[in-house]
Amino acid sequence: MTASGPGPAAPATVDTGHAAEPAILVARDLTKHFTVRHHGQPGTRVRRRIVHAAEDINLELRAGKVTALVGESGSGKSTVARLLARLIRPTSGQIILEGKPAGRRQLHEYRHKVQVVFQDPFASLNPIHNVRYHLTRPVKVHRRAHGKAAVQDLVDHLLTRVKLEPPSRFLEKLPHELSGGQRQRVAIARALAAGPSVLLADEPVSMLDVSIRLGVLNLLGELRDTEHMALLYVTHDIASARYFADTVTVMYAGRVVESGTSLAVTEHPSHPYTQLLLAAAPDPDRALLTMATPAVVTTTGAMPSLITPPSGCRFHPRCPFAMPVCTTQLPPQFDVGENHTAACWLRQPGRGTA
Amino acid sequence: MTARGLPASSSLEPGSQPVLEVSGLCVDYGRGAGATHAVIDADLVLHRGEVVGLAGESGSGKSTLAYGMTRLLRAPGVITGGHVLFRPDPDRPDWSVDLLEAGLEQMRELRWREVAIVFQSAMNGLNPVLTVEAQLTDTLAAHRPEMSRAARRERAAELLRLVGITPDRLRGFPHELSGGMRQRVMIAMALALEPQIVIMDEPTTALDVVTQREILQQVTDLRDRLGFSVLFITHDLSLLLELADTIAVMYAGRIVESAAAGQLFAAPRHPYSAGLLHSFPSLHGPVRALTGIPGSPPDLNDPPSGCAFHPRCGYAMPQCSQQVPPLAPPPDARAGDRLVACWLQDGRPDRPDELSLPESAGRRARRPPVTVTAASDAEAAR
Repeated sequence: MTASGPGPAAPATVDTGHAAEPAILVARDLTKHFTVRHHGQPGTRVRRRIVHAAEDINLELRAGKVTALVGESGSGKSTVARLLARLIRPTSGQIILEGKPAGRRQLHEYRHKVQVVFQDPFASLNPIHNVRYHLTRPVKVHRRAHGKAAVQDLVDHLLTRVKLEPPSRFLEKLPHELSGGQRQRVAIARALAAGPSVLLADEPVSMLDVSIRLGVLNLLGELRDTEHMALLYVTHDIASARYFADTVTVMYAGRVVESGTSLAVTEHPSHPYTQLLLAAAPDPDRALLTMATPAVVTTTGAMPSLITPPSGCRFHPRCPFAMPVCTTQLPPQFDVGENHTAACWLRQPGRGTA
Repeated sequence: MTARGLPASSSLEPGSQPVLEVSGLCVDYGRGAGATHAVIDADLVLHRGEVVGLAGESGSGKSTLAYGMTRLLRAPGVITGGHVLFRPDPDRPDWSVDLLEAGLEQMRELRWREVAIVFQSAMNGLNPVLTVEAQLTDTLAAHRPEMSRAARRERAAELLRLVGITPDRLRGFPHELSGGMRQRVMIAMALALEPQIVIMDEPTTALDVVTQREILQQVTDLRDRLGFSVLFITHDLSLLLELADTIAVMYAGRIVESAAAGQLFAAPRHPYSAGLLHSFPSLHGPVRALTGIPGSPPDLNDPPSGCAFHPRCGYAMPQCSQQVPPLAPPPDARAGDRLVACWLQDGRPDRPDELSLPESAGRRARRPPVTVTAASDAEAAR
C-alpha cells in the first residue's frame, strides 16, 4: 500500500469542480421511520412507537467526488447509507440514480451501479469461502465477464487494483488468513467487481488499526480519481473526513445540520453542533503547539431520544445559543457561503451574519 | 499536578517520585517452545500524579502489559520475568513492594485499594442485575469492613457526584445509563478506595467523541484534585498527545519509544512513532497527503527477526533484521529524558531528518479549560 496517486483532494478542485460534475446518486427528502413495538404488561395493548431515524435527507453524490457523512452514533448516518444501498426502504422521499428515480423493480440493475463496503471486514466476508469465491460471485452475478479465463483475468485485475499483489498469493486465502486491512481490501475489490459507479463506504476504516487506515483511505481516494467514481464516506471521525472528502455533510439526531466543502465545514463551522464536534475531536496541534484555541462550544447531555425528538431544532436542548424560535420551529438550510449551508436560526439572513 | 503546563521535559523534575517501576517485564502466552512472547522486556516508570500513556495497535501487548503488572492475567498468560516495584509511601521512597513477588493476600490488599483498573467495556464491567449502589457499596464492604451501611451509601453517593452523576442514579441499573454514564460509574468505582494508581484500558474507545472529551476532561480534573497516577492505554495516539504527560509506544510486545508527549509529537525518534504521527489527519492547515505505515502489524506467533518493525520500516538497514535494538537514550537526549529502541539512534551521524528533528518546537501548553463560551461569530449573530 503505497502513497502513490494524487491522495486527498487539493482544495482548488473542491471549489471549482462542485457544480460541474454530474450528480450520479441523489437523495431527495429521504425519510426513514422505524416502528418499534413495545410490549407492556401481558394483556395490555401493544404500543407502537416510531423512531425518527432519518428525516428529510438531501444528498448528492457526484462522479469523482467523495461526500462524507459525519455524525455520532445514533445520528442516522448508517441509516442513510443503508437507504442509499436500498437495503431498507424509505418511509418517504426519493432516490434518483443517474437522473431516473430508482424504482422498486430494478434492484439488480441498481446494485450493478451502487455497491457497499461495510464497516467490519471480519463480518462482511464469509469465513468458509476463499478470496477467489468472494470475487468471482459478483463477477458472475453481474455478468461482468464470460468464460473461465475472462473471469480469472477480471478477478486478478480487481486484486491488483486494491493492491493485493501478486493476486495469486491471495486468491486461495480464507478470510482468517488475512489481516484486517487486507480483508477490507478484499471487500472493496468485491464491491468493484460489480463495476459500480457509486461506492457507499460505511465506516470503512474504523475497525482497522490506525497505521493501516490511511492506506485504505488513500486506496479509496485513488478509485475516486482513476475510476471517476462517486463515493459516500460515512464516518464519525471528522478529521478523516476533512482529509479524504470533497464535501462534508454533518448529521445530528436524524437530520442534516450542515453541509459544504470539507474545508469550509471544518474551518468555518456554522452550526453549533459542528463546532462542538470539531472542538471535541482529538487535536494534538491545538494541545501541544499552543495554537490559538478556537472558542469551544460545549454542553453536557447526549443525543436526544429519536422516538420523541425535541421540537424545533433537535440540537436546541444542548445548544448554548438556543433562542425561543429554536424550540418551536425547525430551521431550514440557510446559505452561509458558496455551496455551504447550515440548518441553524443563527444563520438566518438578516440576523447580521455573513 | 505541577508537571503539566511546564515545558515537556520537566515531567521528570526531581520533585516527582516514581510510584511504580516496571523493569524487564516479560509475559508469554503458553509455555515452552511454542509460547507467544506478548510482552518482551518492558520498562515503564509511573511518577506520582503523572498520566502515562501506553500507545500501540491491537496485538502490540499494551493490555497484556497492564494485566501482567497487576497479575490479572488469565491462563495461558504467564509472567516469565521482571520486577514491578510499587512504592506505596511518598514519605519513604526507598520502601517498595514487588507486585510480582507479593503473596496473594498482599495482592488482594493492594488491588483496588492502591491500584485500580477501569476496563474497556463498561457494559461488561458492570453487573447487569445489580443496581449501581449495590456495586459501589460492595467494593467498600469488601475492602473497608469497618464502614457502616449508612456510611457506605453516603460514600457511594459522593463518588457519583465526583464523576458528575446525580446520586438519584444509585437506584438505577446499568442498562438505564448511557454509555458515557456507565463509563463514569466505572471510574467512580475505581476511585472508591482512593487508589494511588488508576489503570485505564481503552476507557473511551466505544464512546462518541463528545462523550470521550467529557470523560477525559473529568479524568484530568480528578487527577488534579486527588493526585493519583494514571496509566492510560489506547490505540489512539492523538488522544494521548493531549492527555498524557509521558507516552510509551509499543510495537510487537516491546516498548520502542518513550518520551514526554510534547517531545514525541514534535520530534519522534522511532520510525514507527513517526509513522503513527503521520497516520492522523490534522484538523488545521492545508490538507497534505499522508501515507500511514505500509504493511501490516506483525504476527506475534512468528515475529520478524531483529527489530520487529524492520519489514515496514523505510529506513531499515541490514543490521535491523539481525539484532534487536536496545531501548536507550537517543544521542541528543538529556539524561533520563527519553528512550528509543532503534539502530538509527545509536549515535551515527547520518540520521534521517525526520528522526532528528529538534525538540524545541514542542512546548507543552496546558489545554485551556473547556467551558461554555460563545463562538465569536455565532455570538455576533445574536
